[in-house]
Amino acid sequence: MKIAIASGKGGTGKTTLATNLASFLAETEKIILVDLDVEEPNSGLFISGENIHEEDKFKMIPEWKKDECILCGNCQKVCNFNAVMKLGEMIMVFPELCHGCYACSELCPTKSLPMKPKKMGELKHFKSGNLVFIESKLIIGEEQAVPLIKQTLNYVDRNFPKRTIEIFDAPPGTSCPVIEATKDADLILLVTEPTPFGLHDLKLAVETMKELKKEMGVIINRFGIGDANVERYCEKNNIPIIAKIPNMRKIAEIYSEGNLLYKKIPEVKTQLEDIIAFISKFQQEVTL
Amino acid sequence: MKILLTAKGTEWDSKMDPRFGRTEFFFIYDEETEKIETYDNRAIANEAHGAGPKTAQKMSEFGVEVLITGNGPGGNAGRVLAQANLQIFIGAGEMTVKTAYEAYKQGELKTA
Amino acid sequence: MKEIVIISGKGGTGKTSITASFAYLGGKDVIVADCDVDAADMHLLMQPDIGRSEDFYSGLLAEINQEKCIKCGKCADVCRWDAIPIIDNQYIVQALDCEGCGYCARVCPTDAIRMIEQNVGDWFISDIKTGTKMVHAKLGVGAENSGKLVAKVKNEAKALAEKEEKAIIIVDGSPGIGCPVVSSLSGANYVILVTEPSVSGIHDLKRVYELVKKFGIKAGCIINKADINIKKTNDIHTLLKEENIDLICEIPYDENFTKAMTMGKTIVEFDNGKIKQILEDSWEKIKIAN
Repeated sequence: MKIAIASGKGGTGKTTLATNLASFLAETEKIILVDLDVEEPNSGLFISGENIHEEDKFKMIPEWKKDECILCGNCQKVCNFNAVMKLGEMIMVFPELCHGCYACSELCPTKSLPMKPKKMGELKHFKSGNLVFIESKLIIGEEQAVPLIKQTLNYVDRNFPKRTIEIFDAPPGTSCPVIEATKDADLILLVTEPTPFGLHDLKLAVETMKELKKEMGVIINRFGIGDANVERYCEKNNIPIIAKIPNMRKIAEIYSEGNLLYKKIPEVKTQLEDIIAFISKFQQEVTL
Repeated sequence: MKILLTAKGTEWDSKMDPRFGRTEFFFIYDEETEKIETYDNRAIANEAHGAGPKTAQKMSEFGVEVLITGNGPGGNAGRVLAQANLQIFIGAGEMTVKTAYEAYKQGELKTA
Repeated sequence: MKEIVIISGKGGTGKTSITASFAYLGGKDVIVADCDVDAADMHLLMQPDIGRSEDFYSGLLAEINQEKCIKCGKCADVCRWDAIPIIDNQYIVQALDCEGCGYCARVCPTDAIRMIEQNVGDWFISDIKTGTKMVHAKLGVGAENSGKLVAKVKNEAKALAEKEEKAIIIVDGSPGIGCPVVSSLSGANYVILVTEPSVSGIHDLKRVYELVKKFGIKAGCIINKADINIKKTNDIHTLLKEENIDLICEIPYDENFTKAMTMGKTIVEFDNGKIKQILEDSWEKIKIAN
């Protein structure tokens, strides 16, 4: 089963929840945690393990071959992303802007732009007891997270059986990378804060997930600050609130060091237990 | 020497445009002939991505040797300009075209 | 005119709350621009009265004219995103999968495919409670944020500032390290980096500063929740010295930020003590920094 942890707003505790939930579950069963926030992957700061495998991830971009090129400029004309340009006597390719559509390459009359792989990021695969952790990181300057997210998910599908619980740490926001990271998930856990900012961004996330027709549940982090409007909203829209992680200064302190919370704070552990109960119930309903 | 300045308008008194890729106008001054040429680059606002290299490509068509701008070009645009052998001066974003040109003549601008 | 851009790399550091405070302290002398269009929250603190609103178009989407289509399947063959499946014996473009590259339209033998500019959101100019104007935007679900929308918001803000003779533009910058941030930084005179003393805060600060360096813009840093982890705060000090970044201020962990937000207020309207003093002093520093 695939569970994606998402949120509209950044900094609500997605990574905290993903790492703590995965580690806690791994005390009793095999769990796969995948960090899909490839622009700013932070799960790895909280998880350590034995390095099992590393691989570079590539995207396909055109490479100019001067010899046969007749400088017709068709490549520039067919590129919608300003990634190929004719400059005087040469053709220049901008790899970060290229979406890999192959149009310039396949429509070149002299086949002077063959597609070549270019590194866009790195995938790392760790193991610690029952916990498998997979993380991908985009190279600075690369603009497209989606292809790397897609390849990371393919790696997971190829290497692990479907029945294992997979937890995805999704990127923040509601744009294309979030869609890619959540579209194959069976269940979405939305992390929010009980504040006006939290509520505003939760609404955006809920709209997005409704569009994708996803089952979802909400986890309120820093519960106790702010107001009750997030709870009211969830109630009105029939979205279950699965857990409320209390607002404690101690949590911020432990987090700042890069440590897991549930081993030190019993209140966090009980909330994780509630989340796990929800997941098991969901799993049973789905398999029935 | 032909000099290109990124500008908000087409006059010597126009303000400089501190942005490189999304600059509104090119103001081109030919020191030999003392002629001024301008180019309206405002259509660049329609580009979602890659405004920098596209503007740089356009600039390279004017055969200029010196570029004066505000923040300076990013990496992709920098590659295009290097190809065109341009000398780049930055930090003139808050000036008028005239004062930017004078500052360049006095050697007061930084190179990128 | 001075353009001040506030960014953070990591979410949840208090960037928007701090930006809104400076907007409040700047009062009538500033124009405000919210370029964090993915999760635009500043309007919740500034009570905008929307005066002007326009649709925003960006990115392309393929559309097949079924009457012209001869079902040759060339479009589906060339599509690298498998965005044109056959549904009920018709080739149908899947909007969420279409990348907008236009390859299908170029190979279609009957010109049955058109690339259509997508309406991805709206942008607004509003009167806000501080007696000035704010430019802001709202992106639609699943839409791609882009340098184009950020540039639009900033351009409108700049035009307003010129027209109304305001000396300063305050920009709430975009998250991440991609195209929108690049566009946020372009044309800026001063950058404020908001961070927190945590492993993730420092990690993301370093990544986003790499980008700022490329533009050669002078930067200052605000360490929020500085007392949560003194050791990490000291690590940030060292980093700032090495990189020649100004330390603007340190703000202690304070739940009044949230209380103020709940009432739709900036922290400087709510708090009359230490935090207000720190932010007032910081604003004076920022105004003269360059």
